Amino acid sequence: MADLGIAGVALALFGGAIRASTPFLFVSLGECLTELSGRINLGLEGTLVCGAMSAYGAALLSGSPWLGVLAAALVGALLGALHAGLCSLARVNDIAVGIALMVLGTGLAFFFGKPLIQPRAPMLPALPLCPGCHFAPLRAALDINPLFLIGVALAFVLHWGLANTRPGLVLRTAGDSGAAARAMGYAPLLVRLWATMAGGALAGIGGAFLSLYYPGSWNEGLSSGQGLIAVALVIFARWRPLACLFASLLFGAAGALGPALQSIGVHQGTYLFNAAPYALTLAIMIATASPRGALAGAPAELAVTR
Amino acid sequence: MNASGAASLEVAAMSKRFGANIALADVAMRVPAGTLHALLGENGAGKSTLVKCIIGSYRADRGDVLLDGREVVINGPRAARALGLGMVYQHFTLVGGMTVAENMVMARPDIPAIVNWRAERRALEDFMARMPFRVPLDRRVSTLAAGQKQKVEILKLLYLGCRFLILDEPTAVLTPTEADEVLRFLRGLVAENKLTVLMITHKFREVTAYADAVTVLRRGKLAGAGAVRDLTPETMAAMMVGTTLAPARADREPARGQPTRLAIQALCATRDDGLLALREVSLSVGGGEIVGIAGVSGNGQRELVEVLAGQRRAAAGAIRIDDQPFRFTRAEIRRHGVRCLPEEPLANAGVARMTVAENLALRDFDAPPLAARGIWLDRTAMRAAARLRIADYAIRPPDPDAPLGSLSGGNVQRAILARELSGEVRVLIVANPCFGLDFTAAADIRARLMQARNHGVAVLLVSEDLDEIQELADRILVMAGGRIAYESSAAEADLAAIGMAMAAH
Repeated sequence: MADLGIAGVALALFGGAIRASTPFLFVSLGECLTELSGRINLGLEGTLVCGAMSAYGAALLSGSPWLGVLAAALVGALLGALHAGLCSLARVNDIAVGIALMVLGTGLAFFFGKPLIQPRAPMLPALPLCPGCHFAPLRAALDINPLFLIGVALAFVLHWGLANTRPGLVLRTAGDSGAAARAMGYAPLLVRLWATMAGGALAGIGGAFLSLYYPGSWNEGLSSGQGLIAVALVIFARWRPLACLFASLLFGAAGALGPALQSIGVHQGTYLFNAAPYALTLAIMIATASPRGALAGAPAELAVTR
Repeated sequence: MNASGAASLEVAAMSKRFGANIALADVAMRVPAGTLHALLGENGAGKSTLVKCIIGSYRADRGDVLLDGREVVINGPRAARALGLGMVYQHFTLVGGMTVAENMVMARPDIPAIVNWRAERRALEDFMARMPFRVPLDRRVSTLAAGQKQKVEILKLLYLGCRFLILDEPTAVLTPTEADEVLRFLRGLVAENKLTVLMITHKFREVTAYADAVTVLRRGKLAGAGAVRDLTPETMAAMMVGTTLAPARADREPARGQPTRLAIQALCATRDDGLLALREVSLSVGGGEIVGIAGVSGNGQRELVEVLAGQRRAAAGAIRIDDQPFRFTRAEIRRHGVRCLPEEPLANAGVARMTVAENLALRDFDAPPLAARGIWLDRTAMRAAARLRIADYAIRPPDPDAPLGSLSGGNVQRAILARELSGEVRVLIVANPCFGLDFTAAADIRARLMQARNHGVAVLLVSEDLDEIQELADRILVMAGGRIAYESSAAEADLAAIGMAMAAH
């Protein structure tokens, strides 16, 4: 493989970007929905890990990886409902609740996941887009996981739905002005409950991808902060689902940089390359920061103090 | 939306109490179809409570609402809307992040699950074509000026088929020109018998110019009602405040021609979006003089005040006080006695969660006598000082330990003014000091400003209320397009020229 050189890196980067971007994509779409309804759920890292564990467990018990995905979505929705329920109470701050739920989610996952580290659960199948390819690296890069395709379709559906459907408009109203929503007879807290549950379910599915496709096992070091990065990614994407898709791909590619370079024999600075997504997060936050005024496009109900 | 044309409304024996506080006691009101009815009263007289009971935001303890002569039960905004009853709130209920078109469609009770934007746009454009206002459908609401937002609010309700419209101080955030435009528009709809309007207001000028009839509340009770043509502002004022007399106009002592104290030279500043808001503004204010800056909102006044309050950096130009450069350090502010009452003082000059006493001490808490050696605060002295100012400025409730945010708008205004006018004041910058205040409170604040002037303070008054400027200012300036477009002494000021300068941009 070493003789492939730059082309090999590019191919590995492409395949890796798609692989590594899928959890980012699901979590960021989920967080995008939640934040557009006027609430921040920082606990999605915990939801992601919990989803990974429950997906692995459910797939192991039932023998079907897709039931695992479903279980992850359900667990995610439940954690979302818990977050929304707590935040509905007066004087409860959604950021504090989110951090607590992040710790709770990972803790629960580690506790119930102990017996899942050894056994092998059935994995999600890959869709070989080029089954006839004789060139192994190309074939590997074109083995696309179905969850990625679902995620891409979802980004487009959300993009369209937020502007063209009643739920989309109601969601954005609740996120931009709770008072306006109330004046129109909608209950913002209820809208946020649904949005947070949907966001949690999507984050859970992102977790299912981690344990059932790539890296495709359950262990405690599975997520390494992807759930948190995805939250930052939503801000970078200015709360636009399609931008979330591109941002996820960018971050996925950054995450795939280290392994791709290793595949052609570059072993120096591995840890540095593995840190690329985190460095990218910081760089983007600084580059998009504004010294004055709020971010354009930010849902007005998002507030640090409440 | 079941019927078209204006609706009549009647309220009988409406009562509402909040705990021990009686907000409404047996209030009755009749608004015939196709009229513009004004609801007058001081702050806290129960006007907002009454309309909220009508619209169903509050549940009245007792009383009936009759719409077109039939008794109706309204238990929320949706029920009100179904009956053709709409309300424009003092604080806009538009969604800032959405476009005008999205806002108009969003308000519909029956939004289809999938919105056909082409059809919706056509319907909206047809509707807009019949309206005297033009509002761009694709603009984000957050980028509209206050007057335009107000128009969108009204258009939205008309689009929904509203037949009876309630407006809570619709002109409080508008400039006089914008206010006239909105009220003329409403008047026209009423005249065509398309709409009945009930409007809460403080301003007699609007009542006499636009309303057919008026209902006056005082402390939750009906204080009087009648046709506007039978009433004078004096009789209405008497109904509003009872037997107590309004404070007399502040007396102006003759100017003494003191030297320039505040000098602004070729000041430039940008708005948040980077566009130039101030273009080489130069002006000066002498001691014992009020310089009034008039103008339509959004022509740089806000930025000017922010620069003078130290909240915004000037892009170019200089500010000099007593002929020394001024850089907004706390030491300089104290040495020169520079004080400021900005717009929205609760947000810009106070800390809502701190107590009144703490807010009153923000200028001098770190100096003796309130602080010994600059570190230990003497809270007893702070409270005692606060009590004096509370009594002097009649701040309600007279409790130094109440959080500032719990006070009504007029009392916050008074509290901040009390702080800013204490100690040795030499320069005072004031922006729209009487926005949204009832006329007793407004007269009181104006008298304080005049008093400060008479004591030799240099006052720069930025206001959108031309009457206020004419009453107070020694010199009148007009700001338009970020420039000073007109300047004259108050005695020689020409209203027509001022109007031309305001509209020049």
